[in-house]
Amino acid sequence: MTLETSMRSMKKTLVLIAVAAGLAVSAQPALAEGGAKHPRSGGFSFEGPFGTFDQGQLQRGYKVYREVCASCHGMDLMYFRTLAEPGGPFYDPHQENPAANRFVKVLAAEAQVPDIDSETGEAIMRDGVPADRFPNPYPNATAAAAGNGGAMPPDLSVMAKARHDGANYIYSLLAGYRAPPAGLKVGPGQYYNPYMAGDLSSYWEGDAHHVPVGGFIAMPPPLQNGQVTYDDGAAETVDQYSKDVAAFIAWASDPKQVQRKQSGLGVMIFLFLFAGVTYLSYRRIWKGVAH
Amino acid sequence: MAADQGDPNHQDPNRRDFIHIAAGAAAVGAGAMAAWPLINSMNPAADTLALSTIEFDLTKVQEGQQVVIKWQGKPVFVRYRTPAEIEQARSVSMGALKDPQSDAERVKDGHQQYLVVIGSCTHLGCVPTFGSGDFGGWFCPCHGSHYDTSGRIRKGPAPINLVVPTYEYVSDTRVKIG
Amino acid sequence: MSDHESTYVPKTGIEKWFDSRLPIIRFGADYMSLPTPKNLNYWWTFGGILALCLVIQIATGVILAMHYVPNTELAFASVERIMRDVNGGDLIRYTHANGASMFFIAVYLHMLRGLYYGSYKAPREMIWIIGCVIFFLMIATAFLGYVLPWGQMSFWGAEVITNLIGAVPVVGEPILIWLRGGPAIDNATLNRFFSLHYLLPFVIAGCVVLHLWALHHAGQNNPVGILIPKDRQKKDTVPFHPYFTVKDGFAIILFLIMFAWFVFFMPNALGHADNYIPANALQTPAHIVPEWYMLPFYAILRAIPDKFGGVVAMFAAIGVLFVLPWLDTSKVRSMRYRPTMRTFFIIFVLVGMGLGWCGAQLPDAQVVPGMPSFTLFDGQLNSYLWLTRLLTAYYFLFFLVLMPLVGLRETPRPIPATISEPVLPTVDDPLGAGSSEQKG
Repeated sequence: MTLETSMRSMKKTLVLIAVAAGLAVSAQPALAEGGAKHPRSGGFSFEGPFGTFDQGQLQRGYKVYREVCASCHGMDLMYFRTLAEPGGPFYDPHQENPAANRFVKVLAAEAQVPDIDSETGEAIMRDGVPADRFPNPYPNATAAAAGNGGAMPPDLSVMAKARHDGANYIYSLLAGYRAPPAGLKVGPGQYYNPYMAGDLSSYWEGDAHHVPVGGFIAMPPPLQNGQVTYDDGAAETVDQYSKDVAAFIAWASDPKQVQRKQSGLGVMIFLFLFAGVTYLSYRRIWKGVAH
Repeated sequence: MAADQGDPNHQDPNRRDFIHIAAGAAAVGAGAMAAWPLINSMNPAADTLALSTIEFDLTKVQEGQQVVIKWQGKPVFVRYRTPAEIEQARSVSMGALKDPQSDAERVKDGHQQYLVVIGSCTHLGCVPTFGSGDFGGWFCPCHGSHYDTSGRIRKGPAPINLVVPTYEYVSDTRVKIG
Repeated sequence: MSDHESTYVPKTGIEKWFDSRLPIIRFGADYMSLPTPKNLNYWWTFGGILALCLVIQIATGVILAMHYVPNTELAFASVERIMRDVNGGDLIRYTHANGASMFFIAVYLHMLRGLYYGSYKAPREMIWIIGCVIFFLMIATAFLGYVLPWGQMSFWGAEVITNLIGAVPVVGEPILIWLRGGPAIDNATLNRFFSLHYLLPFVIAGCVVLHLWALHHAGQNNPVGILIPKDRQKKDTVPFHPYFTVKDGFAIILFLIMFAWFVFFMPNALGHADNYIPANALQTPAHIVPEWYMLPFYAILRAIPDKFGGVVAMFAAIGVLFVLPWLDTSKVRSMRYRPTMRTFFIIFVLVGMGLGWCGAQLPDAQVVPGMPSFTLFDGQLNSYLWLTRLLTAYYFLFFLVLMPLVGLRETPRPIPATISEPVLPTVDDPLGAGSSEQKG
């Protein structure tokens, strides 16, 4: 086989694989949302193969979560120690063991954690330690639903993975509350949000061809300007809070993503070199063999 | 290939020149790179490592007794020794010991009444029984190792003394193990 | 090739000792020196790629099983624990999850290659049939594995797919309850799915051994599609090693580059966001869709308005592959020399992709937005329902009508007598055959 023909058949193969993969990828977003508005971009630093988290933003995001979101939403899969892992909001390069991180020890101790007294066997509350989970504001799902008008606030541990375009979606939703358009019947305990998935046609009294995008959400607008105090000079606005907490949740949903991307770059470089060397070996072996 | 025979430039395709060695080496490297995460995944995970220290309140132990606590899945003996037991441990001559170690080396200064040892027999890991055996310490029911009141091996198949874990006094009555 | 004689000569004492007791070194050496048609193109590299896929899935799967907990209360959290706390666990789990997709990309290309070059035709029917068994087992394994993370898609996928069995008249309902271990998908179901998901890959591995055995007995097909005559063996074949080990190796690396790109940079692109919502038996996600590799069959299922009929059609779509060797009446293997059939084949590939596309859409959605249409029987003509039906019809038409009919009626282009001579006017022209080897 000549170089050209082998390259040609290779190219054909690659194109076909790319088409198949592309089809598979593009087949899904078509169904991911109902009539919701496409999320706005939060301009996040962690997007793309080279992106990394902004540690200051993650710390602010944690603060917003702790002071605002955590009063209703649990993060059952998160542990305080995870905050101190490489790439996390409180990672300290001088303290390798996340469980011994000084910031995280303080943050954990602020929480009260249910435990069993080892002497008496009675249920007690004690100060949290880095090995503890984030405390859940409700003892169980039923209590969470009952405390919120029947709508259970979803767990936020993996929320950025559980929604299409997660970080941008969370940002857009939190910063995107709007007054409902005139002609939209909003029920009690419901709030209009254009980024929420839903179908509003049965609540719309206007032109049937111009049903507003978006849906109803049971969560009232959670953030107000100036609600959370930032000590690093970042703007204390709903928009900034939303971005920061979206970044924090994106990190919490996949805490190892930046490390994985970084090792991925090394792996890709290796594979390309490996491919090159193997191709030369292939050419050498097949030299002089007509086929 | 038959046609190749007359070709003066013909080379044996099996000839190992640099490029084949490089490709082969890269393949071996790729295999090792792929194997490492799989092997490493069996090492203790982050949640396991996070539980590597515990604190214990010494006032829970009465004189002459021991409390067994669980640390990293293993029993830890915390023993409040009587003056007679301490004296017994100190009076042993080094020559009588299989694994020579003074009692002072096995406790913390000023807290010699408290002995903290990992409660697995150094022979094959059974948990020795408190207060039995020929030396007033522990006796391992599995293969008959006798330990003294300092947790040192005195008789039987165990090769070394009961292991003293890393621990420190965070206050006069509290120890942090690990 | 079937009558490939062993050229292995044991040299050392250990080799001789083994050779007279367990000739495993001879087996390996014979395998490596196997005469292989030298005109195999890159479409033939997917066999090696698939072998690697199986190894990757088993290796990562065994590790994942060490950390995973098959219990409805713990499964979701245990998968996330793998991703967060286990050393390298995120890589292993993402490799396994994306590995399933990679496996299917490779197997579909491998099957299409077999279809195009007539690799299922005599004497290779058994290779093809065992391959179909492997494909069916792969679908079953992938489905079982997808249930294990116990997310919303896992749960509702399991619900819908097990309900297919309930569509069988009379015995369907008792079998359904037996399969689930209860009236609904629950802990018993998850636990047995885990067991079966661990078992089936080893059954696949066993079938792969049979697949290769049959392959080496009948001999490899090649792009020209002719059997290599005995006296041409030396000229037209090369030993498997190093010629095809290096070629397969190169293709594997290219495949791994794509694989690694998904794992490291877009690990969730081929999955559904809803599967990161823990399973909730009281609420179905707004749109449930199977993984992309099941979509064409899912589309066929939905194309039939009758519940049982849909199930039958879906299984028939896979079942028809088993009898393909007897549906094809052509005397020519390779579609290189069958221009008519090649056109139908290209349409078939597009139809397959189209079915995949339709499987991800709502049946009632318009194919061409805004185009006026009319209601035909039970749906708008301009809807995915009718597009799916059209494509489904072609899918079966291709196998059941075109395959037998075109083979009888077409006039194939002239076929070369040897693989080295693409255009050979007369069969007995050894000089002509030899001369072409000087190029390249």
